Amino acid sequence: MTERKIRVLVAKPGLDGHDRGAKVVARALRDAGMEVIYTGLRQTPEMIADAALQEDVDVVGLSILSGAHMALAPRILELLKNNGQTDVKVFIGGIIPDDDVPTLKKMGISGVYGPGASTEDIVKEIREIIIG
Amino acid sequence: MSIVQSILNGDRLALARILTQVENNTPEGKSALAELFPYTGKAHLIGVTGAPGTGKSSLVNKLVLHYRKNENKRVAIIAVDPSSPFTGGAVLGDRVRMKDLSGDTGAFIRSMASRGSIGGLARSTAGMVEVFDAAGYDIVIVETVGAGQSEVDIARLAHTTLVVEAPGLGDDIQAIKAGILEIADILVVNKADRPGVENTEKALRSMLELAHPTARVFKHHGAYMSVAVPVQENTAMWIPPIQRTISTDAKGIEELAGLIAKHAEHLRVSGDWVSRERARLSSEMEALLRDELMNQFRSRMPEAEFNQVMERVFTRELSPWEAVKLLVKESIK
Ligand SMILES: Nc1nc2c(ncn2[C@@H]2O[C@H](COP(=O)(O)OP(=O)(O)OP(=O)(O)O)[C@@H](O)[C@H]2O)c(=O)[nH]1
Ligand SMILES: [Mg+2]
Repeated sequence: MTERKIRVLVAKPGLDGHDRGAKVVARALRDAGMEVIYTGLRQTPEMIADAALQEDVDVVGLSILSGAHMALAPRILELLKNNGQTDVKVFIGGIIPDDDVPTLKKMGISGVYGPGASTEDIVKEIREIIIG
Repeated sequence: MSIVQSILNGDRLALARILTQVENNTPEGKSALAELFPYTGKAHLIGVTGAPGTGKSSLVNKLVLHYRKNENKRVAIIAVDPSSPFTGGAVLGDRVRMKDLSGDTGAFIRSMASRGSIGGLARSTAGMVEVFDAAGYDIVIVETVGAGQSEVDIARLAHTTLVVEAPGLGDDIQAIKAGILEIADILVVNKADRPGVENTEKALRSMLELAHPTARVFKHHGAYMSVAVPVQENTAMWIPPIQRTISTDAKGIEELAGLIAKHAEHLRVSGDWVSRERARLSSEMEALLRDELMNQFRSRMPEAEFNQVMERVFTRELSPWEAVKLLVKESIK
């Protein structure tokens, strides 16, 4: 049988600028052997949850630079749950104040990565959480 | 409720999950395919292929939007992008161009990595198409990057194959080199807003005259007869039309949908619809049979014995052909 492929949706919710960071992470995940579905800029939470459903992903990675993470994260988690995708893990990368991290984790975000995080760490943690 | 029943009832999560099982060729996927098979055979399968960046995803986006808005058809899309041969990973980016379809439950986009084997991609694509077909999608579109054998294999799945070209890719239109023109039922010159569109179309037209047979041989009541081409209004012959489009602007899309419908009609009238279905099912059968026989052979043949025979081939004691004969004989003892 074929080895288990980790499928990751990389999305950029919100209206802010560029997706350079998201692309760097997408490529790093690909280089780690994962299948990354890239959806591009300006995704609404509804678009992200809909794509996650259709693609049956294991992981949703969000790149949020706008500061809107405390609104976007719970909304996306809620939509995933409503769709029945309770086992999907959600990671956030971007500019997230340290103080928000515990709250995000408590609401069900599996990992939070600031600008200083290495792609190696992100890859490693996704692997650990999905494959164990 | 069984997962298959859920799919037939329109449960999108159940559908998405079974697609994964089918893609991974798991026992669960295989048994779902078996249960779904009686419900298949209704969808119109459209292949969309062409060189990288010609605008295939943008075209599919607008075409599907047309089907949703004007024809009320449910459409599924399988968008295939290559896997990295080095890491096995992939970045699948076709959804970026298909944002117009977001939020519409009558459209379903599934991205897929080409993964390792040539035969494997064709098999999993065929399976996923069957799942969508059974789930009641009227049209299933498969987008592939036109590069090699696997695209040709996938095109063979389709009732109607679109080959997408665009101006400005250089004089040598890559897809033509790959011999992909021969599989085209409809040629699309996308990016018709770009300079050079006349040249691209002219090049295509002249290549088409070469690629397209000037006469086709038909078997009629056991006797062969030759039909000269072009024969207008001859239902037995389809000459691939060329359609210009601007996918970023939805220009030429309605006309393209018209040509696709005309091709489907042609297939039905000429009997080619049935023969394509049969050809597809028999090649699927053949591939599965090959896999199954290979697995059976492997399970019966001790590794050591196989290696011994292989060794005799390496030393030129046996030819590969003799070795195969010997191995097969040993395996059915
Ligand atoms: N000017 C112009 N640009 C277009 C048109 N259609 C698509 N594009 C642009 O061409 C680029 C590639 O479009 P895609 O739809 O991603 O092309 P593709 O063939 O699916 O690409 P791959 O899947 O990577 O092979 C994008 O920047 C599109 O916006 C068109 O009709 N005119
Ligand atoms: Mg594409």
